[in-house]
Amino acid sequence: MPAVALSDVVRHFGRFAALRGITADFAPGKLYVILGENGAGKSTLLRIVAGLLQPTRGTVRILGESEIRNAATRTGYMGHAPLLYDELDAMENLRYFAGLYGIQDDSRCRAAIERVALDPGLTRRVGQYSQGMRQRISLARAILHDPELLLLDEPFSNVDVTSAREMARLLGGMRDQGKTVFVVTHQAAVMEPVADECVVITSGRLAARECGIPLHLMAPYAAQEPVR
Amino acid sequence: MKPGIVIFGIVAAALLSYGLHAALVGAPTEQTMGDVQRIFYYHVPSAWTAFLLFFVNFVASIWYLVRRNPIADAIAVSAAEVGVVFCTVVLVTGPIWAKPVWGIWWTWDARLTSTLVLWLIYVSYLILRRYATGGQTQVMAAVLAIFGFLDVPLVYMAIRWFRTQHPQPVIGGGEGSGIHPSMMHALMWNFVAFLVFAGLVMWLRYRIELASRAIESEFAQRAVDDDLHGHMPVRSTR
Amino acid sequence: MSAVLDKTPPAHNAGGKPGVGSMSAPSVARVTRSTLAKDVRLEWRSKDAINSMLFFSLLVVVIFAFGFDPTAEESRRIAGGLFWMAVLFSTVVALNQTWARELRNQVLDAYRVSPASPASLFIAKAVGNFIFVATLEVLMVPLFVVFYNLRSLGPVWQLLLVAALSTWALVVNGTFFGAMSIRTRSREIMLPLILFPISIPALLTMVEATTQILTGESTPTFGIQLLLIYDIVFTTICLTLFSTILNAE
Repeated sequence: MPAVALSDVVRHFGRFAALRGITADFAPGKLYVILGENGAGKSTLLRIVAGLLQPTRGTVRILGESEIRNAATRTGYMGHAPLLYDELDAMENLRYFAGLYGIQDDSRCRAAIERVALDPGLTRRVGQYSQGMRQRISLARAILHDPELLLLDEPFSNVDVTSAREMARLLGGMRDQGKTVFVVTHQAAVMEPVADECVVITSGRLAARECGIPLHLMAPYAAQEPVR
Repeated sequence: MKPGIVIFGIVAAALLSYGLHAALVGAPTEQTMGDVQRIFYYHVPSAWTAFLLFFVNFVASIWYLVRRNPIADAIAVSAAEVGVVFCTVVLVTGPIWAKPVWGIWWTWDARLTSTLVLWLIYVSYLILRRYATGGQTQVMAAVLAIFGFLDVPLVYMAIRWFRTQHPQPVIGGGEGSGIHPSMMHALMWNFVAFLVFAGLVMWLRYRIELASRAIESEFAQRAVDDDLHGHMPVRSTR
Repeated sequence: MSAVLDKTPPAHNAGGKPGVGSMSAPSVARVTRSTLAKDVRLEWRSKDAINSMLFFSLLVVVIFAFGFDPTAEESRRIAGGLFWMAVLFSTVVALNQTWARELRNQVLDAYRVSPASPASLFIAKAVGNFIFVATLEVLMVPLFVVFYNLRSLGPVWQLLLVAALSTWALVVNGTFFGAMSIRTRSREIMLPLILFPISIPALLTMVEATTQILTGESTPTFGIQLLLIYDIVFTTICLTLFSTILNAE
């Protein structure tokens, strides 16, 4: 059973078609890197898979569920914004979000923070941290309920190299544990060591799927032919 | 132009003409108020028409929320727009009638005030439709329409209570006051005429709305099928 | 139409994996409490928001006092209206803020992807707003007493009852429309624009009821009943339709 199954997914914003008919199955237990130019529809696709956006047409099945809400306990999401409260510290943030998943256990929050190589004893407010630290805490938030499916939308934007590499390593580790991971990013080079497959979205369509990340896709700002 | 619309238009024109005649000539002159009272034949049917249209909007909005049928939304917006126009007529004819007869422009009586609040609610509905972003305009407008319509009985009750504490002159006589049969005749015919006219305008508005949607759908479908790269996407400004 | 309370899904143990320990479907009450606690803590930590709101309420009262300079007897007649007008304007400013907080860092997305029900979010926000506005009222009342030399001829407990019902009437719809206005242009003006017409029956009733109690002329039983009906009707509608609004993207 595919972790994510898309069938002719179309999404409009007014007259603009952000997604123009995406059909694909994604097997579980792999790490998929979603690449494409700005405005190609990558974030739109991820938000639809996360259940934040409804497709205009087409069907989406997540972990076997056609009703995406039913997979909410098994899905984790991370955006390019930190999805955290600036005035709370890391543990307070995690405790709150853990409660949304029915987790009352503090040790899970501490474990999640340690997994992203941070100190649970940190008491500074999240707003005072660098973007790299905040994204790491956001990742901790996304994984603390041990989801089967992890969706990350540009997690490395404005993040320092060390944090980015750390997060990529962690994502690879999660894949090794049998989770399915989707990462939308421009920094293909960061994900290359751990990627199973890369998915290229061009102008709202699925342009290519390749094993790993080929060399020509790792330099996104170099002039290149669209991948066919 | 479809023949149905032409026929509808002719019928509406005929009814309105007859209604005008009945109001100005056929109905007897009122004892105390004189000829000024004849505005009653526009004031009251407009109110009934507006209220009926807002009820149509309410039902269409619920239908839209349950089924997400675009036809329901087109009916809702048409009914709201035409309803607001008729509501405006009520609010304008009210003071025009009141000033010469009772010497006051306005009174916070139950019906006039309810009409004012209704007008405010549906104008805010139309503004919301214009200001919402993204494809969820229809959903949010439908939700507001439900709030608005369910508010109306509460408005009426609140004003009635307020009025029993602070008695005010009532425009158009108290609720129990009788109406002369030939006045009733003029009233009912104007009501029918207004309904037909409202129906006609609503139908035209509805067709414009459907046509506009069809155009949007066509653009949207082309955006999906189009194989050009690098063209600037056209964003709808609605 | 969306269900009143989105059913929270049971935790799954997918194919042979060990059970996910302490995770169970989050209860509505628990999520509501934790969201409310989180909001109170956030409000407390960003004290500048509270301070500026309190000062704004003070300003509104003072400006109204300049506009109307009545005798003691007259003041009992108009203070009710002025008070609720002042509360209404302060409320709108406060309401705009509580949802703005959820848009910063897009943190509302984190709530929406979780299994927690939208109803919990709404109740927590509404109760939080109620507490906030009630705090503002507690500040504004002594100011009114001072500026208008006010003394109530009717029983104070009735005033408190009317105040509680009235505040909820404003806050419950205000919270709902605040969430709606997230999806609109000119967000700050859309909230009052939609809220004011719908609130008119409640405003009329709360002003009249307050005035009747202050002047001691009668007990506004019908007014209190009407406020109660208004509160019940709109709380129900808000709870029913909130998830539709929350997920309208």
